[in-house]
Amino acid sequence: MKKSLAIAGNSGPKVRSDCEIILEIRSDGEIEIDLTSKVKVLYGESIKNLIVEVLECFAIRHAVVKINDSGALPFVIAARLESAVKQLINTDHEYLPDFLQENNYSTTRDRFRFSRLYLPGNTPGLMINAGLHSADGIILDLEDSVTPEKKDEARILVRNALRQINFCGAERMVRINQGARGLEDLHFVIPHNVNLILLPKCESADNVEQVEKEINSIKLKFNLKNQVFLMPIIESALGIENSFEIARSSEIVVAIAIGLEDYASDLGVTRTLEGKESFYARTRLVVAAKAAGIQPIDSVFSDVADMEMLKHNVLTSKSLGFEGMGCIHPRQIPVIRHGFAPDETEIERSKKIVLAFEKAKLKGLGVVALGSKMIDPPVVAHAQKIIDLALRLGLLSTDWINEIPPDDK
Amino acid sequence: MPPKTVINAAGRLVPLEINGQPVIPFKGVGKHKPEGRKYSPPIPACSDYPDDGNKVVSSLEDALRRCGLKDGMTISTHHHLRDGDLVSNKVFELASGMGVKDLVWFPSASFPCNDPLIKYLDDGTINRIEGSMNGPLGRYVSEGRMKGIAVLRSHGGRVQAIQDGEVRIDIAVLAAPTADSFGNAKGTGGSSACGVLGYAKADYIYASKVIVVTDNLVDLPCFPMEIEGNYVDFVVVVDKIGIPEKIVSGTTQITKSPDRLLIAELTASFLEKSGILKDGVTMQAGAGGTSLAIAVFVHHILKNKGWKSKFGFGGSTKYMVKMLEEGQMGVILDAQAFDLDAVKSIVNNSNHIPYSVFNAYNYHSKGNLTSMMDIMILGATEVDLNFNANVVTHSDGYLLHGIGGWQNCLHARNVILPVPLFRDRIPVIVDEVTTLCGPGELIDVIITERGIAINPLRQDLIESVKASGLLLKSLKELKDEAEKICGIPQKPQFEDDIVAAIKWVDGTVIDVVRKIKTM
Repeated sequence: MKKSLAIAGNSGPKVRSDCEIILEIRSDGEIEIDLTSKVKVLYGESIKNLIVEVLECFAIRHAVVKINDSGALPFVIAARLESAVKQLINTDHEYLPDFLQENNYSTTRDRFRFSRLYLPGNTPGLMINAGLHSADGIILDLEDSVTPEKKDEARILVRNALRQINFCGAERMVRINQGARGLEDLHFVIPHNVNLILLPKCESADNVEQVEKEINSIKLKFNLKNQVFLMPIIESALGIENSFEIARSSEIVVAIAIGLEDYASDLGVTRTLEGKESFYARTRLVVAAKAAGIQPIDSVFSDVADMEMLKHNVLTSKSLGFEGMGCIHPRQIPVIRHGFAPDETEIERSKKIVLAFEKAKLKGLGVVALGSKMIDPPVVAHAQKIIDLALRLGLLSTDWINEIPPDDK
Repeated sequence: MPPKTVINAAGRLVPLEINGQPVIPFKGVGKHKPEGRKYSPPIPACSDYPDDGNKVVSSLEDALRRCGLKDGMTISTHHHLRDGDLVSNKVFELASGMGVKDLVWFPSASFPCNDPLIKYLDDGTINRIEGSMNGPLGRYVSEGRMKGIAVLRSHGGRVQAIQDGEVRIDIAVLAAPTADSFGNAKGTGGSSACGVLGYAKADYIYASKVIVVTDNLVDLPCFPMEIEGNYVDFVVVVDKIGIPEKIVSGTTQITKSPDRLLIAELTASFLEKSGILKDGVTMQAGAGGTSLAIAVFVHHILKNKGWKSKFGFGGSTKYMVKMLEEGQMGVILDAQAFDLDAVKSIVNNSNHIPYSVFNAYNYHSKGNLTSMMDIMILGATEVDLNFNANVVTHSDGYLLHGIGGWQNCLHARNVILPVPLFRDRIPVIVDEVTTLCGPGELIDVIITERGIAINPLRQDLIESVKASGLLLKSLKELKDEAEKICGIPQKPQFEDDIVAAIKWVDGTVIDVVRKIKTM
C-alpha cells in the first residue's frame, strides 16, 4: 500500500457537476460513506450504491469515503473514486461505465474540421453539453488545461467521458501530453473509440511515428478496428521548419495545426492581433499541409468576448489557406463555421463558372468563356471545389443546376 | 384537529381552511366566479388631518403607534427596493421592541435582505408571511418552523386578495424614493431611486392606515405622484430607505453560460420560425440571464426584418430600453425597473411608461393586459408530462422562490418556458410536479437545449414549425433523455403538516406545500 489517504476531484463554491472524494482504506470495518451533496434528497441512495459498486470492482471492503458533491453525474463520481483508489493501491482494473451506442461512429480523412472545441480534461461541467454546440470536433484536453497534479485523474475522467458523453456526431478528439506521458495517455483513450489524437508541440516526424506505433500496439492488444487519425500541432520554430516532413510522416496524419502562443514565445516575440510575427509560420504551414494533401488548421483566438475580431481573424485565416480553427468557447463555433464556409458571392460566382464550363463541354469547346472573359482550367477547378464545399455544407441544393431558370443559364 | 381536506380540480389534496379562515379549492381555469362587492377601507375625514397638509411625524415608531399597531395586525410592504430594502425589517424590529405579537407580514415579495426577519418569526412578533419566500426564509418555512401557514400569491393574486378583502391590510408601510409632506410619492429621484412604485398601489388604496417612508422629502407637490397623498396617514423621513447598489443592479447582464445561450438562441429561432414573432408583436421577457439573451436575439431578428414590437411589458432592462431607443419597440409599459439604464429611461423617455401591476395582473378586473401579450417568456423549476409547472419549490421539496407575476403571465397567447433539461443533475421534466403553480393547459412550449416540446393542445404551433428543422420532442422523450444522463431521482419525503398554500390568480387554492421530512 502506497499511502492510506487519497483525495481526488474538485469542490468549492464555483465548482459544479463535480465532486471531491477523500478515501481512506482500512484493514477492517464496514464501508462508511459520508455524503454531502446538493442533490442528496434525489440521488443520495444511488450515489452510495455507485460508491459501493466501484469499491467492489477494486476488491476494497474496508474503507471510509467522504464525498463532497456538487451534482456530479455518475461517470464523474466513478472516475473520481477510481482516481483516489489508484493513489492507494496498484491495480490494472478499470471501472468502466457503459459505452453509449450513440458514440459508436468513425470519421473520415477529409471531413470538415472548421471548428474544434477545446475542453479542459478535468472539468466535467463543461463536457456534459459540449456535443450540443455543433462543433466539427470536440477535444478533451489532457495537456495545457490540466495542472500537473491533476493529470492522472484527468485521464480517468476523459476515459469515462469518451464512454458516457454524447458527442452528437462531432469528431471525438483528445489532446495528449508530450513525450512519455503522452504515450501513456493513449492507453486511457484509444480503447474508447477516439477518432483523432492531437499531438502538442510536435517537432519532427519521429514524434508522430512514436505515437502511431503506440496506437498500433494498443489496437493490436485490444483487437480494435476503429480508425484513429492524428493532428500534430506545431508550436515552435523547429516544428515549422520540419512541417512538411511532419505533414507527410504518416498515412493517419489528416491535418496539422499551428499553436501561436508557444510559437511566439519560442521566437521571443509578442503575439499581436494582426499577427505579422507569425505570418511566415502560418503560410509555411499551409503550404506544407497542402503539399502533403492534408488540412492546415489555424491557432485558437483567445478573446472569447470579441466576436467581431474573431470574425476578422477567421477571414484572414481563410484567405491564407487554412481550413479550420480551434475554439475555446462554444459561441465561437458558429462564427468560425460561417467564416470558413464559402460566402454567397463566392458561391454565385462559382455557379456561373461551373455552368459555363458545362455548357462549353456540351458544345465540345475547349475554351471556357464567361461573358467576354476566358476562364482558365485552375479557376474552373477552384469553382468546382467551392460548389462541392457548398453542397456538403448544405448551402446549395444538390439539384442546383436544374433550379436555375433557363434564361440565366 | 387537522383541517378538512379535499381533492381540487387539479387533483391536489388541499385544505378547506387556512390559518383559521375558510378557503376555496381550485375549480379549474376561469371556473371560479367571484360574488359580492370589493372590500373597502374605513372612511376617513379631512378634519382628522392637518389643514396645511403636513403629515410628517418624528419617527417610524411614532407613526406605527399613531396607526394603533397591535397584536395580530397585517402589515404590508412593497419590494421595489428589492435586495436593498431597509424599511421592512425596521418595522418588525420596532414592533418587537414594542412587544407586539402575531403580526402578519404581507410583502409583495421578499429578498435575501429580509432573512433577519427569522429572528422575529422565532420570537413571535411575526406569525406568518403571506408573500414570496426565498433562501433561508424558504428553508425555515419548509422545515415547519413558522407558526402560521405561509400563503403564496402571484403579483396579480395579491392585488386580487386585497381587492376582494381576503387580506385586509391594517397598516401599509410604503418606502418611497421621493415624497412630499402630504404623502404624494414616486419611485424616481433621490439616492434610493427604484423607477416605479406600481406594487404599492393596491396597498395604499385599500389599507386602513398608510405610512410613507422616504429619505428624499421634496416640496409639495411631488410630481408625477404614483402614490396619492390623500390616501396617506403619515409621512416619515429617515436617513436611508435603501442601499442603492442593491435596489437595482448597476447593470443587468445576459448569461455567459454557453448552454443557456443555446437555449436562448433556440427560443428566438422558434419564435421566428413559428411566426409568433412578427411586426407589431407584443412581448414580455424577464431579467434572468436567459431571458435577457432571448431579448437580444429577438432584437436582432426585429432589426433584420425591419419589424417593430408594438409594446413590451417590463420588468425593464437596458436590453429592452435599447429596443425602444433603436426603434424596434414602440412603447415600454413598466411595472419595475431592473437596472440603472431602465430607471434613467423612465425619467427621460416619454414612451417608457410606469404601469402598475394593479392594471396589468389582477384577474378580478375588467380585462387583463397579460392575455393580450403575444410572447411570454417564463421560467420554471419543474415541468411535468402534462405541461403543469412549478416555480416555488425545488425537486427536493424546499420552498425557494416566489410566484412573482408568473401565474398571471400564463394567460398570454403564447407561453414559452425556456428551461435547461437538468440543473446540476436535477431533471427539470418530471412525472408530476412537486408543487403545482400553473396548470399545463396554459403552458404552450417548453424549450430545452436538447429539444422543443409543444403542448398537444397547440396543434397550430406544432403545424407551424413542422418543416422548420427545429428539433421537436415529446416531454416524455425529454424526460427519458434527462434520466438517461442523470439517473432516475428519488422522491423527497414529506410530513402531513401543511407549511404553505399556493393560491391561483382567482384566490382559490391550487396546491399546498408540506413540511419536509428531515432525516
